[in-house]
Amino acid sequence: MFFIFNLNGWQASDRFNINSQLEHLQAKYVGTGHADMNRFEWAVNIQRDSYASYVGHYPMLAYFAIAENESIGRERYNFMQKMLLPCGLPPEREDE
Amino acid sequence: MEAALAPNSITFDTELYDGSNRFEDYNREIPANDEEENADAMDNEVARKLASYTAPRSLLNEMPRGGDDDESTGFPKSQKIIDREDEYRRRRLNQVISPERHDAFANGDKTPKPETRSYADIMREAALKREKEETLKVIARRKKEEEENKAAGKEKEREREQQPQAQPSQKRRNRWDQNQEKSDGKKAKTGLDWDMPEDGMSTPGRWDATPTPGRMGDALSRKNRWDETPTPGRTGADSDSTPAGGGATPAGMAWDATPKLSGLATPTPKRQRSRWDETPATMGSATPGATPGGGAAYTPGVTPVGGVELATPTPGAINLRGAITPEQYNLLRWEKDIEDRNRPLTDEELDTMFPQEGYKILEPPASYVPIRTPARKLLATPTPMGTPLYAIPEENRGQQFDVPKEMPGGLPFMKPEDYQYFGALLNEEDEEELSPDEQKERKIMKLLLKVKNGSPPQRKTALRQLTDKARELGAGPLFNRILPLLMQPTLEDQERHLLVKVIDRVLYKLDELVRPYVHKILVVIEPLLIDEDYYARVEGREIISNLSKAAGLATMIAAMRPDIDNIDEYVRNTTARAFSVVASALGIPALLPFLKAVCQSKKSWQARHTGIKIVQQIAILIGCAVLPHLRSLVEIIEHGLNDENQKVRTITALSLAALAEAAAPYGIESFDSVLKPLWKGIRSHRGKVLAAFLKAIGFIIPLMDAIYASYYTKEVMVILIREFQSPDEEMKKIVLKVVKQCVSTEGVEADYIRSDILPEFFRNFWVRRMALDRRNYRQLVDTTVEIANKVGVPDIVGRIVEDLKDESEPYRRMVMETIEKVVANLGASDIDARLEELLIDGILYAFQEQTSDDANVMLNGFGAVVNALGGQRVKPYLPQICGTIKWRLNNKSAKVRQQAADLISRIAVVMKQCQEEQLMGHLGVVLYEYLGEEYPEVLGSILGALKAIVNVIGMTKMTPPIKDLLPRLTPILKNRHEKVQENCIDLVGRIADRGAEFVPAREWMRICFELLEMLKAHKKGIRRATVNTFGYIAKAIGPQDVLATLLNNLKVQERQNRVCTTVAIAIVAETCSPFTVLPALMNEYRVPELNVQNGVLKSLSFLFEYIGEMGKDYIYAVTPLLEDALMDRDLVHRQTAASAVKHMALGVAGLGCEDALVHLLNYVWPNIFETSPHVINAVMEAIEGMRVALGAAVVLNYCLQGLFHPARKVREVYWKIYNSLYIGAQDALVAAYPVLEDEGDMNVYSRPELTMFI
Repeated sequence: MFFIFNLNGWQASDRFNINSQLEHLQAKYVGTGHADMNRFEWAVNIQRDSYASYVGHYPMLAYFAIAENESIGRERYNFMQKMLLPCGLPPEREDE
Repeated sequence: MEAALAPNSITFDTELYDGSNRFEDYNREIPANDEEENADAMDNEVARKLASYTAPRSLLNEMPRGGDDDESTGFPKSQKIIDREDEYRRRRLNQVISPERHDAFANGDKTPKPETRSYADIMREAALKREKEETLKVIARRKKEEEENKAAGKEKEREREQQPQAQPSQKRRNRWDQNQEKSDGKKAKTGLDWDMPEDGMSTPGRWDATPTPGRMGDALSRKNRWDETPTPGRTGADSDSTPAGGGATPAGMAWDATPKLSGLATPTPKRQRSRWDETPATMGSATPGATPGGGAAYTPGVTPVGGVELATPTPGAINLRGAITPEQYNLLRWEKDIEDRNRPLTDEELDTMFPQEGYKILEPPASYVPIRTPARKLLATPTPMGTPLYAIPEENRGQQFDVPKEMPGGLPFMKPEDYQYFGALLNEEDEEELSPDEQKERKIMKLLLKVKNGSPPQRKTALRQLTDKARELGAGPLFNRILPLLMQPTLEDQERHLLVKVIDRVLYKLDELVRPYVHKILVVIEPLLIDEDYYARVEGREIISNLSKAAGLATMIAAMRPDIDNIDEYVRNTTARAFSVVASALGIPALLPFLKAVCQSKKSWQARHTGIKIVQQIAILIGCAVLPHLRSLVEIIEHGLNDENQKVRTITALSLAALAEAAAPYGIESFDSVLKPLWKGIRSHRGKVLAAFLKAIGFIIPLMDAIYASYYTKEVMVILIREFQSPDEEMKKIVLKVVKQCVSTEGVEADYIRSDILPEFFRNFWVRRMALDRRNYRQLVDTTVEIANKVGVPDIVGRIVEDLKDESEPYRRMVMETIEKVVANLGASDIDARLEELLIDGILYAFQEQTSDDANVMLNGFGAVVNALGGQRVKPYLPQICGTIKWRLNNKSAKVRQQAADLISRIAVVMKQCQEEQLMGHLGVVLYEYLGEEYPEVLGSILGALKAIVNVIGMTKMTPPIKDLLPRLTPILKNRHEKVQENCIDLVGRIADRGAEFVPAREWMRICFELLEMLKAHKKGIRRATVNTFGYIAKAIGPQDVLATLLNNLKVQERQNRVCTTVAIAIVAETCSPFTVLPALMNEYRVPELNVQNGVLKSLSFLFEYIGEMGKDYIYAVTPLLEDALMDRDLVHRQTAASAVKHMALGVAGLGCEDALVHLLNYVWPNIFETSPHVINAVMEAIEGMRVALGAAVVLNYCLQGLFHPARKVREVYWKIYNSLYIGAQDALVAAYPVLEDEGDMNVYSRPELTMFI
C-alpha cells in the first residue's frame, strides 16, 4: 500500500517514548491509517477489508452466492477481482 | 522501567550481529592458541542474553565507575584507554593519519592534480616501504653473518675489536661512554650526540612510526637495535651504569647546574630536581622532559621555555623545544603529587602530631652520615627543596599554577592535555578579522571542545550543530580536527565514545564527501575493533559499516588494499577485521571477487594471509549468514592449506574452523574439497600448524553424517592420541576440545572410545597438573562429561573415584565436579554396590577435607550424588552422613557450618525417602538450637535447612513444634541481611500457609508488623514472598486486622513500600474474597490524601487483575468510585483508575456488564488527549480492554467523530486509536464501517453486498 509515515508533526520529546513505538508498530500493518489519510484511501481500505472478510468467511460467501444466484467459486473470484481497484482510480489531489 | 528502555537500547548492530561477543577473540595473529571463546558455553549464553538487556550506552557511560576499585587503592582508577591497553593494542598509536586521497568518483575522468595522492601513489609508497624493510632485513642478516664470521675467525681479538665492530647503536653508546671518560672538555660534542634522537625521529623508522607526541620513547625502544639511536631515556640508564664518571667528577656537577639556569628563567613551585635524582624507571618510560620547567608545562606557549639558549641542551631541553606532550604533562602531575605526599615531615608538623609529653627528640646517632653519593640518592626520599640555596623567584604574572584558565565565551573547562589541540581558542582574537576558513576552524574547535568536555546540554547542542552544519563546515576541516583528538594518548573511554559519535553523525551527513578521508578514518577507528570493551567494538563496527555505505565498495577497497600486505602485523590484523565489517555491510557477494584475488596473491604471503583472515573474520562476525556463500568462501581459501608459508597454512585452517563453526550443523558438502588436505596435513605437520588443522577438523566432524564422522574420527584419533602427550598447553586444550567434538558425534561408537581413547586419555589428562589451570580444568571436565555421555557412568566414575581421596585439593575438586555432572546427566542406576561404597566414601572424605570451596563444587557434588542414588541405596550411609553434618555444624569455621547446613537442605528429600523422620526431627532440633548464629550467611543457610525439613516432614510432625519455632523466627525477621531475610520469610510464609493454626493470632499480628519492614527489601523475591505471606496470614486470622495494618501503611512516604502494600491488599482480597476487603478499602478513598487515594486505586487495579471474572459481582459497587477518580484533576488518579478499568473490562468480558462498562468508557474517553506517557498508555490500554469487552463496533463509533477532524493533533490521536482497534479486531469492523457516500461516477464507496437480503 502507498503509505507515508509522517514524522514532521512530532515533537522531539515524543520521539523516544513508548507511544512513538506504538505508532511505528501500527504503521507496519497494511490497512492502518494516519492523520494525512484522505477519504478515498480510507474507503479503499474499507472495501478491501470487506471483500477479504467475505472471501474469508465461507457462510458469508454462500449467502451472497444464493442471493446473486452465482456459484460460490465465481463469487469468490468476483470479490477478489474487485479488490484490485475497489473504488476506481484515485481522485486528483488538490494540494499536489 | 527497564523493560521500557530496553527496545531503545538495542542498537542496529546488535540486531545485525546477534549481540554475541562469543566470537570476539583478540589474538594477535594465530588464534590457534585461543580456546577461551568456546571454553564455557554457559558464560556465552549469559553474555549473549546480557548483551541484549542493557541500559542505554549513554547511561552506562555516565554511570559513576570504579566504586570498589577506589576503596582498594585509595586512588581513583585511571579511566584512560591507554592504561588498560596491552602493548599490542598500543601499537595503534604508531599509525599515521594519512593525508587525504584522490576521489576518483568525484573528479570523473579528470587527471588528478599532482599534489593529490592517488591509489597508484599509495601502492607505490607501500611497495617502497616493503622493499626498504626487506633491504634492512637483508643488511641486518649480512651484518650478523659477517660478525659471526669474524667472531669465528678472530676469537682472540674480539674483545679489542668489539667497539668499532659492534652495531651502530652500540657504537654510539660507546662513544658517549668515552666522552664521559674524557670528561667535560668535549661537552660540545656530547651535545651533538644528544641531538641525535631528534634526527632519528624525523626519518620514519622501520615500523613506519611517525612518533605521535609523547610516544616517541616507546616507538624508538621497539625499534630494532639496528637503527637504534640512543634515546634520552636509554642514555640515562646507561649513565647510571657509569656512576663514577658522572656523579663523582665535576662533570656531574656541571650537569646538575643546567637545570638551575632554567630554574631561574621559570621559577616554579616545584622543586628543581637534578637529573641524577631521577629514578631510572622514569627515564626509561620516555619522559625526558621531566627536568626543568615543571610549572611551565601548565601553560605552554605562555611561559617562555627556559634552556633553549643554553650551551648544552639537556635531554629535557630538547624536548621542551616542542610543546610539552600530554603524557609528559601527566607524568609531571603525577610525580608532583607523589612528592607532595612523600616529603619528609618538618619538626613543626611532628610537634602537632604527637602529644607534648611522653616523647623525646633523639639526637641522630654519631655514625649517621646523610647520603651524598648520587647513585644511592636515587633510592633516597627526595627533599622538597633540592636546590641548596634559596633564590628569590622573579615575579611572573603569566604563571597559572594549578588553576585552569577561565575559558572565554562560555567554553567548557579545558584539560591541560587539550591545550595542544584547542590552544588556539585561548587567543582572544577578534573573530571578525579572521579569514572565513579560520573562522570555520575555530567554530569546529569550539564545538568539538564542547562535545568533549562540556556538560550534557552543551554537548547535545554542539553535537546537533556539528551534524546539521557538517556539509557546510566541510569534510576536510572536520576530520582534520576530530581524528587527531582520537589519537591523543590520554583519551578516556567516555571522550572516545563522544568523538566516535560525532564521526558517526557527521558521516551520515557528509555521505559521498567522506571518500578522500576514508583511510584516515579507518586508521583511527580500526583499533576499536580489537578493543577489550564490547561497546567500543560495536561502535567501531557501526562506524565502519556506515562508512562503507557512504563511501561505497570501490573506495573502501582502494583505501584498504595497501594495508593488506602492510609489513606491520597489527595493521593487517585490524584491516582484516575492518574488511569483514565491510563485507557484512555491503554483502559478501560484492566482496568475493576481490577476496579471491587477494587470497591468491603471488606477490606476498602477507596478502594471502590477510585475505584468508578476512574470511575468518567474516565467519566470526556474521555467523550462520555465511551459509549461502559457504562454498565460494571455502573455495577461495582452500589452496591456503598447501601454501608454502606456515602462517598462511595456519590461518587457513583456522578460517575453515571458523566457517565450520558458523555454519554448524549445515554445510558439510561445502567442505568436501578440504577434507583430504586437512587429514593429510595432520600427518605431516607439527606444532602450531598441527594445532590449527586439528581445530578445523574438530569443527568439521560434527557437521558430517554418522558413517563419515566415524571414519574420519578414527583417522584423526591416531594423531590426537599421539598429541595427548604434548607438553604444549595450547595443544592440550585444542586436543581436548577436538576429542570432545569427535566423541559427541553420532557415528562414534562407545566400544571404540572405551578401547582406543579412554586408557590414553586418563593416563595423560587426569593428572593433578591439569587442575591448576582454570581453562584446562574446564575443558577437561567438559570433555570427560561428553565421553561419559557416550560410554556411560561406571567407566568414567570407576576410573576417577579413587582420586576423590587424592592429596591435592584442586584435583579432588575437579574429580568431584566431573562426577557431579556425569551423575546429574545420566543418573546413578549403573553404579554397582562396590562402586557406590567407594563413591560415598570418597565423597565424604572430599567433603570433610575441603579447606576452601567458594564455588560450592563439593556441596553440589554431594547433593547430586546422594539425590541420584536416592531412596534405599543411601539409607545405610545416612547415619554416617548425619554424624558428619552434626559435627560440622559445631565447627569453629563459619564456612564449614554454612556448608553443613546447606547440605541438609540438599539431602532432606532423600532422607524423607529413607523414612528417616526421626533423624530429621533430631536435625531440626539441632538446627533450632543454632538459630542464635551470628554470621548472617550461616544463619541464612540454617533457616534454609529448617525450611527444607519442614517441607518434607510437614507441620504436625515437625520438631521442635511450630508453636515454639515461629516465635523464635519473629526477631530474626528484623535481620537486614538479604540471605537471612529471604530464607526467613520463606519459612514463615510456609508456616503461615500450612500450619497457621499452631500459632496464636497475636503472634501473627506481630509478624505482620515485621513484614511491613520487609517490603523495603531490595530483592524482588523477598518482597514477593512477603506479600504472599500477608495473604496466608489474612486467611489464617481473618482479613480485618491485617487489612487495617496495610491500609495504614498506605500513608508512608516510600513509593516502593506503598506499591507493595497495594499488592498485599489485593492479595488479601483475593484470598479472603473481595467483599471482606472492598468496603474498608473504598472507605479509605475518602481520606483526602493523594498517596492514600492512589494506593486505593492501585489496590483496586491489582484486585480486579487477580480476581478476573469474579469482578462481575463488584463492578457496580466500585463504579461510582472510579467515576470520581476518572474526573479527578490529578493525573495519577486518572491513570490508575484507567488501568483499574482495563483489568475490570478484561475480567468481565462477555459476562453482561456492558452497561457499566459503557458508562466507564464515557469517563475514560476524554483522557485520550493526555500527553504524559504513562497516562496515555493506561488510557489506551483501557480502551483496548473496552474493545475486548464491548466489541470493536462500539469503540469504532467513538472513533469516527475524530478521524477527519480539521485539527491534525486530534486526527493523529484518533487514528492511533483506530489503528489499534483495526489491528486488534479488523474482521469485526467490516460490519460496522460507516456508509460513505459515493463521489461522482468514478469513485464508488458503497458496499452493496451488505444490503443483500434473501
